[in-house]
Amino acid sequence: MISRMPAQQLSVPVEGQVGTAPNEDEGILVARDLTVHYGSFPAIKDVSMAVQPNQITALIGPSGCGKSTMLRCFNRMNDLIDSAKVTGGLTYHGVDLYGPGVDPVQVRRHIGMVFQKPNPFPKSIYANIAFGAKIAGIRSGLDELVEESLTKAALWDEVKDKLHESANALSGGQQQRLCIARAIATSPDVVLMDEPASALDPIATLRIEELMTELKQEYTIIVVTHNMQQAARVSDRTAFFNVSISEDGHRTGRLVEFDDTTTIFTNPREKSTEDYITGRFG
Amino acid sequence: MISRTAPTPDLVQAALAGRRFRLVDSLLAGGLLLSLFSSLLVLITLLADTLRTAAPVFADRGLVFVTAPLSADPAKAGVLQGIQGSLALTLFVMLIGFPLGVSAAIYLEEYATDGGFTRFITANVRNLAGVPSVVYGILGLALFVNLAGGLTNGRTIVSGGLTLTVLVLPIMIITTSEALRSVPATVREASYGVGATKWETIRHHVLPIALPTILTGTVLTVARAFGESAPLLLAGALVTNFFQPSADASVVQLITDERYTALPLVVFNWARQPQEEFVQLTAAAVVVLLVLLVSVNATTILLRDRFEMKSLR
Repeated sequence: MISRMPAQQLSVPVEGQVGTAPNEDEGILVARDLTVHYGSFPAIKDVSMAVQPNQITALIGPSGCGKSTMLRCFNRMNDLIDSAKVTGGLTYHGVDLYGPGVDPVQVRRHIGMVFQKPNPFPKSIYANIAFGAKIAGIRSGLDELVEESLTKAALWDEVKDKLHESANALSGGQQQRLCIARAIATSPDVVLMDEPASALDPIATLRIEELMTELKQEYTIIVVTHNMQQAARVSDRTAFFNVSISEDGHRTGRLVEFDDTTTIFTNPREKSTEDYITGRFG
Repeated sequence: MISRTAPTPDLVQAALAGRRFRLVDSLLAGGLLLSLFSSLLVLITLLADTLRTAAPVFADRGLVFVTAPLSADPAKAGVLQGIQGSLALTLFVMLIGFPLGVSAAIYLEEYATDGGFTRFITANVRNLAGVPSVVYGILGLALFVNLAGGLTNGRTIVSGGLTLTVLVLPIMIITTSEALRSVPATVREASYGVGATKWETIRHHVLPIALPTILTGTVLTVARAFGESAPLLLAGALVTNFFQPSADASVVQLITDERYTALPLVVFNWARQPQEEFVQLTAAAVVVLLVLLVSVNATTILLRDRFEMKSLR
């Protein structure tokens, strides 16, 4: 599966090519010593990484390593948890995402999200896609937007005759592609995916992975996955997180290694990365 | 020590053999069925007896009984003022109690930060729901009849309606809170994820999903208010046969009239009359009360189903 990697990376824009390790200070999203506390305990500590545009960046690691927490920093989803506190720097195109005057609602229109469990609204397929546009104040061209988004999410042919039926009637894989269509309907720049295929069967998973590879032409994708083969198959760069447990039982995640996916899976720098990807723990 | 011999059909048969009939299970099921029947039986007996007693009234006077005003003469007495009063009070509860209760619950569940103050309020709302209704009557008397008498005009439907509203508010808040809490977090996340604000999330996703449950709670709440008598007695409803409805009064005049009553109070009043005929009339009034209660509930359920259909679109 790793042999697929070079072919994939040919399509990557110049700044992210193999071998030219991107400057850690440059990228569409750059974290510097990012720390997230839940209450008084850090869930992730001192994470620094730069996400390159039009690439798929995978966050992998054992349970509780904070990879989902990290993902939810990028679109300020952690703001919804009262006890969560984010410190350190996180910039988007050079702008501090947590700076004063930055509205989390606007952030989420530029940085969309797909969740672990398919979570379509219990409304029609059409309403699912159109909702984001409607609240953004778009009133015309909704039909075209729905068709375009569903086409990009490789779902149009399957649902074009039942746009006004409930989204709950779709299969799990179709629901997840609907959620991807919903996320790209607001024309975001970045799409975050939190274990998007973990609730799906292998065939539906494969479709999602193919879709991700197509979508990265247009979007920057950050994906959290438990599935190392998936990270190896689809991602350009991989961040390995690990967890340390303090004496009083609190888990704190740290970024161990962040490099080209090929390097992480063939020649990791750290011993713990190698142990994890070879299945010795996690 | 388990001996490992090849399983022959005989051995398997012996190993799987057991009793087909379990005495404890059967006794338990029988007991449970009995308790179901005993409660149902009481209800059915009550209903049958009431209907049987009331039958002559409806047979003799038909719907005139419903449209005739109160009277001390059993041959002429009707329940008109009772129906008017009860419907007006219900309307008060729905128009004021429903939006107020739902709004309070939305604040508590969606906006308030989960701190000591919020928990204090929530605990007290729960306690208030358990306060006996007669206590609310005293509150209504002190607050709406006396203190705010200038606004409510004293012992009027306004005072009674507000008293019932305060009475049902805690229940309304609790049922709405529970409905809101049962909306899956994944739906909220999905909505925030596409850039919706808190209010957009609540309005477009949380409320439509919670609404059927909220309306079910409302049905129960309205039914409770409809059947209350103790707080109304204190908040100034009349227990008498001697008042005439003003035939051409405006709505404002009707609800600020110091003479009003409600169906439960008509039942209460007639039940203590000495004349034999009032036994039948009491039963007939109970039938009217039940029919109205069922229709109010049916309306709310119809409303709920319409919302359920709509939320799909």
